[in-house]
Amino acid sequence: MFLYRTKRTLKLGIKSLWLHRLRSTLTALGIIFGVASVIAMLAIGEGASRDAMAQIARLGSLNIIVKTVQPPEDQHATGQQQSLQEYGLTYDDAERFRNSIPGVQVIVPVRRVAHQAWYRNRKIPVEVIGTVPWHLETSPIRLVMGRFLSNYDMDYKQDICVIDERVMNELFKFDDPRGQFIKIGSDYYSVVGIVSPQPIAVSSEQQKAKDAEASKKQAGANAGNVYIPLTTVKNRFGEMSVKISGQSGANVEKVELQEIIVKVANADLVLPTRDILQTVLERFHKKTDYELTVPLELLEQAKRTQRIFSIVLGSIAAISLLVGGIGIMNIMLATVSERTREIGIRRALGARKKDIIFQFLSETLLLTFAGGILGIFFGCTIPFFVTHFGNMPTVITAMSLLLSFGISGAVGIAFGMYPAYRAANMDPIESLRHE
Amino acid sequence: MDKLPARNLDFTADGSILVFEKLCKSYQLGAVELKVLREIDLVVKKGDYLAVMGPSGSGKSTLLNLIGCLDRPSNGKYYLGGHDVSTLDDNELSAIRGRHIGFVFQSFNLISQLNVLENIEVPMFYQGMSEHQSKVRARELAEMVGLGDRVHHRPSELSGGQQQRVAIARSLANDPLIILADEPTGNLDSQSGRDILNILDMLYQQGKTLIVITHDEDIAKHSQREIRLFDGRIDKQWYNR
Repeated sequence: MFLYRTKRTLKLGIKSLWLHRLRSTLTALGIIFGVASVIAMLAIGEGASRDAMAQIARLGSLNIIVKTVQPPEDQHATGQQQSLQEYGLTYDDAERFRNSIPGVQVIVPVRRVAHQAWYRNRKIPVEVIGTVPWHLETSPIRLVMGRFLSNYDMDYKQDICVIDERVMNELFKFDDPRGQFIKIGSDYYSVVGIVSPQPIAVSSEQQKAKDAEASKKQAGANAGNVYIPLTTVKNRFGEMSVKISGQSGANVEKVELQEIIVKVANADLVLPTRDILQTVLERFHKKTDYELTVPLELLEQAKRTQRIFSIVLGSIAAISLLVGGIGIMNIMLATVSERTREIGIRRALGARKKDIIFQFLSETLLLTFAGGILGIFFGCTIPFFVTHFGNMPTVITAMSLLLSFGISGAVGIAFGMYPAYRAANMDPIESLRHE
Repeated sequence: MDKLPARNLDFTADGSILVFEKLCKSYQLGAVELKVLREIDLVVKKGDYLAVMGPSGSGKSTLLNLIGCLDRPSNGKYYLGGHDVSTLDDNELSAIRGRHIGFVFQSFNLISQLNVLENIEVPMFYQGMSEHQSKVRARELAEMVGLGDRVHHRPSELSGGQQQRVAIARSLANDPLIILADEPTGNLDSQSGRDILNILDMLYQQGKTLIVITHDEDIAKHSQREIRLFDGRIDKQWYNR
């Protein structure tokens, strides 16, 4: 019985909407755009957010990265000073971290040297990374071929290297690189393994700008990474580096380690460990020649930023839905007063107030649901084009579809209720007399 | 199916369908109370054909609204088919209207978006009759008023007389206690008017109860019984047949 009534009422609703096709279409447009923009905005927001998360996660959320930076005072003084500058992280620091901090799982000291690598007559600039066998535990790169560095290599300062795929593609266009020798400086190193290239990490806008600058600098500077046992690097390249600057001539710097990556056992330990590291470093470094980066912190910051971003986008879209809803209410009010006489007739023929409410509400709901479905359709195509032409990642979540559809339904009920009530509460005698 | 309110009194034993006991209706116009109907006593029995006459302003329309359960009396009692309808709420009045009153209006009042068949079905829909049942009945009624071949036409495609015949068919849909006609020929030419009156006569012959509100003497002549309203009271009443 109820179903039959519903069916008849909906049929009636479709009929009267069809009678005013243009009006119905224009009215539904508001909802279509509203729903489409909610979905599209959420998809773009979600896409950007996931992208940022993924990039930060690549840094390793359990890692704390301590980097050597040039202390600021010296940067001012470089003009005058020609003397040796000694700064940065040291092997002692790494040792101290290992001995004094609980909860630390892995410590990876890294020495980076920019150099050139030769294979036969090909030469490319590379970054030589002196590291330890357990480097892979803290890094997103993975082994593609062969093996990584071993303890044996460390202990005996072997002249071997692991190159990444970029270096492989540049140097060994057609040859199998394993077992071949590449020349860095004046020494030959045997290639024992290939790893995937280091992804460029982007965490926030600021970081992005920094990285863009850095990668511009590096674009000419290196084509990839070459991993060599830390002990070998120490032996072959030493710790000095000479910079020749135009005005002041030679400038010698002594840096032991460029980077120490500390990995802790679980996420709760990240921030306390960061504080301990800070304290330890403060005690042993007079100048602030180090920088602490905590990917987890960046991740959380990015999450907060993205949440605000999503809320802002969502609200803008929700406002457009609201406007659409007001449009629907406006039209329904006009429809009700246009059909006053019909309402009077129906009331005289036995329609109760709730029958009239149901009749008009069903029309509004039909409009909003049709608008909602079309809106979802458009809302799903917009992100597709954004991804395709705008080169931005987008993610349409089931949640956003449900949300926007639910909102459009709610808008239909909220803005359909008042006109329907008005229709139902008209005096039947008056409305029968209405022209 | 909507439940009708319980019957309070069984007037139907002696065939009384409609009973007014000192029925009053007044409107408040600012500080002045306008008495439109003053203590009307009236009994209509099953099978009556009653014409309500009277000049304009005599309270005819108000009486029509009260009989049709579109309005409530200010005072007095109104029993329709044994139900005391003077105290019912809006939903119950709607149910009574749909079930027991068949309206025929001066201006036909068909729903323009619906075709003949669908218009006849409207009261049955609100009484919760099944689709199949109501379709069959609507077709029967359309044939009875001579429109069996036009059931899929819209009201705008019909003449006035035809539209009024659809309205009569619609009023019969739920087999009501009373068919209440308000100037049924007022908007029609004389030929169509005669057709309508013939149909009403036919319904009277079939034993339906009819109340026609009119100011036209000729129409009133068709009825079995006439009452004349004047200044909110029943001035005269007599039987024609």
